[in-house]
Amino acid sequence: MYRYDEFDARFVAERVEQFRGQVARRLSGELTEDQFKPLRLMNGLYLQLHAYMLRVAVPYGTLSARQLRMLARIARKYDRGYGHFTTRQNIQFNWPRLVDVPDILAELATVEMHAIQTSGNCIRNVTADHFAGAAADEIEDPRPIAEIIRQWSSLHPEFSFLPRKFKIAVSGSPHDRAALRFHDMAVQIVRNDAGETGYRVLLGGGMGRTPYVGYVVGEFVAKPDILAFLEAAMRVYNEQGRRDNLYKARIKILANALGPEEMRRQVMAEFEEIRRSGTLEIPAAELARIDAYFAPPEFETLPDTMPEASAAFAGWAKTNVSRHRAPGYAIATISLKPIGGVPGDATADQMDAVADLMDAHGIAEIRVSHEQNLVLPHVRKRDLPAIHARLGEIGLDTPNAGLVTDIIACPGLDYCDLANARSIPIAQKISRRFADLGRQHDIGELKIKISVCINACGHHHAGHIGILGVDKKGVEYYQLQLGGSGAEDASIGEILGPAFDKDEIAGAVERVIGAYLDLRAPGERFLDTYRRVGIVPFKNVAYREQLHAAY
Amino acid sequence: MAAPSPQMLTANRLSDGGVLYWKAGAWVEALDEGEIFADAPPAEAALAAAQGFVARNLVVNPYLFDVRIADGAVHPVKEREIIRAAGPSVLWTQKPEPGSRISEEIEYEI
Repeated sequence: MYRYDEFDARFVAERVEQFRGQVARRLSGELTEDQFKPLRLMNGLYLQLHAYMLRVAVPYGTLSARQLRMLARIARKYDRGYGHFTTRQNIQFNWPRLVDVPDILAELATVEMHAIQTSGNCIRNVTADHFAGAAADEIEDPRPIAEIIRQWSSLHPEFSFLPRKFKIAVSGSPHDRAALRFHDMAVQIVRNDAGETGYRVLLGGGMGRTPYVGYVVGEFVAKPDILAFLEAAMRVYNEQGRRDNLYKARIKILANALGPEEMRRQVMAEFEEIRRSGTLEIPAAELARIDAYFAPPEFETLPDTMPEASAAFAGWAKTNVSRHRAPGYAIATISLKPIGGVPGDATADQMDAVADLMDAHGIAEIRVSHEQNLVLPHVRKRDLPAIHARLGEIGLDTPNAGLVTDIIACPGLDYCDLANARSIPIAQKISRRFADLGRQHDIGELKIKISVCINACGHHHAGHIGILGVDKKGVEYYQLQLGGSGAEDASIGEILGPAFDKDEIAGAVERVIGAYLDLRAPGERFLDTYRRVGIVPFKNVAYREQLHAAY
Repeated sequence: MAAPSPQMLTANRLSDGGVLYWKAGAWVEALDEGEIFADAPPAEAALAAAQGFVARNLVVNPYLFDVRIADGAVHPVKEREIIRAAGPSVLWTQKPEPGSRISEEIEYEI
């Protein structure tokens, strides 16, 4: 893992004390709320429905056991005993007091964590493939370049006041587990015909009110040039992004207006300009220095066999254990989606127990996935039964990764000031309907994603089944969207028709899934069947006797 | 034209963000202890008075919201205000946290 150097440590410590002073001045009245709000947002502090909410950055989703224990400590000491892992691989605390936040940030700094750039119109926390460094299909670990982007973008003077927020994701695999094509910008490690590795840069993706799938703006950027290339793209956006209209300010709007060809031309023109000045080439020694922080553990030579254990273990292994690059090792997904639970929530006790589990099995780091689960990246296969058993003792052994109950949901109106409707109770209701594990396996891979405002924090546009909560005269309604995908076959879901009320939506989802089971060809996932047959058969069953209203 | 809904005045406490309701020139934490304005003029007057608390750095974001009276009890019209008054409609696991404002009268299942 990356470790802070002296500069990092001093920078974060100074930032904590700066915010301590700002909070004191707010409480004393030296700062008005209008003056204070942008300052607190720069430190990840929102005011939500019931309380403040602190969003803590988890760079590229990687945490050590020590950091996980600190999150548990903060949940217990300053909050209500739990935290919420988000679709941006961060963690949110829902109940901190303003007066405590400087102390929370000071405690986070002791484990090299902070909340900087988790809000505001800047480059946000860089996200990454949660299987980074472990995936069998990976070309290279993408976290070194994620760390370089993090350092480059932290308080970047030119990009701290962008037209709108800016989200970057990285991956080193052909299989997209990081929703690259739905990010403002994405960096994918690729190999060219000469066998060299470099970066494919995508741009202009996004969800929100106007979803777009991003396109390639740099097919193969040489490693030393990547920051210059990213800076060139940022400059095009910073100069031409729509600052006049909040709803058109994201890069996706500019990218769509310019089109791929013109965008590429402008980015290349800026890139050549930067290259001529020669200021932004990453030295090979610096690349090597950062790479060294992310060196894989020394893998033992182990037999590549899955241990035999209970039927419960076999069921868990079927969905929650993924292929690792090293023989004898596996990747284990810890589902934060217990049946009927709150997607992404973990208690302080659970966080502590997982940290202990990491120590007990020599697992140095854990990942937060954008699907709101935790991932143990390097697990000896022989240790899996013991890990599964311990996860069962702490309520984290739900065997549903990638299945219908592995639902992404934003916090929704239960917490969020921007929400139009609740999302968590809908996720819980659907989860309970599909609790039967045999039924889940019969349905197979199916990604349900729920958001309840146009910000689309729950990625509903990319859900195989997406649900968007809306407010109609103060009452919650839910639109269904079908056919979205956040993977390498990215697509935007199509709206089925009029919204369902809160008592109808779970039934409508069940009927849609029932139609899939009736229509599927052998081997087809829900998404495959949808793409083959289109939306009409699903519409016909979803609305039942209200079908006339759907047309 | 339908008669306007009664209204209440709410804000968040600056120090911890807690939800507050206006009651006769002061603030209370429980919705059902707050003051209900049947007409617009006193509601607007209370909102203006609340700005004094904003100026003294005690509360932020005061605003009026619609309520209805049914069976002798006050109910916010919008779901958002129901949840704001009652706390999250979903609690973590099965263990209510100390200090939760969920009350039996307002708690409900979706």
